[in-house]
Amino acid sequence: MDYQYIIDQLPYSEPFLFVDEVLSVSEDNISGTYTFKKDLTFYEGHFKDNPVTPGVILTECMAQIGLVCFGIYLLKDETSSEKINLALSSTEIDFYCPVFPGEKVKVVSVKEYFRFNKLKCKVKMMNAKDEIIAKGTISGMIVNRYLK
Amino acid sequence: MTSEEIYTKLEPIIKTYLPEDVSAKEISRKSDLTRELNINSAHLVDIILDIEDVFNIEFKNEDMEQLRNVDDAILLIKQKTLAI
Repeated sequence: MDYQYIIDQLPYSEPFLFVDEVLSVSEDNISGTYTFKKDLTFYEGHFKDNPVTPGVILTECMAQIGLVCFGIYLLKDETSSEKINLALSSTEIDFYCPVFPGEKVKVVSVKEYFRFNKLKCKVKMMNAKDEIIAKGTISGMIVNRYLK
Repeated sequence: MTSEEIYTKLEPIIKTYLPEDVSAKEISRKSDLTRELNINSAHLVDIILDIEDVFNIEFKNEDMEQLRNVDDAILLIKQKTLAI
């Protein structure tokens, strides 16, 4: 499968697209990258005179790569022309180090299960030095697909 | 297994996924899992997966369509444990 196809299928656009590239994907895992551009608007306020990427945005990036891109791949054999819509159902993430403007991160997600339209994954995010930025569990439900 | 025996094992599973504002006392065999007990669709999947482990059975997508209240779950579990 063409990795760009996965990104084209995403239901997000700027300024809320947090995926640049899918590096690899299989039935069991996915990895991808994103670079937090220095001019992203939230840096103006988070924090005053001290820009750091908000944890919710890191979580969003982990979910977009680790759950939504992954879900698009896992549903590749579905014949529906409708784009998939995945609603976040639960996140439990621990954060280990900050991400500053301009940093490139890598997200790796490993499937725990994908059943009855629920995808649950163990997801981690690393920086360019391969240090763990955040890791945890994220799950979501595919909301616009009927059970066969 | 009788319905009562199944219910004894099933009730603690459901309790785990009840929202905080729903009391465990509200669980009865007629309780609608999503409408009355307010369990969301993601937790309904967790309940199914726990049932599979506890009763050593497997659910299919079409089983989900028949699952509305606690008695539906008991009936499904009964059919599947008999089939083994």
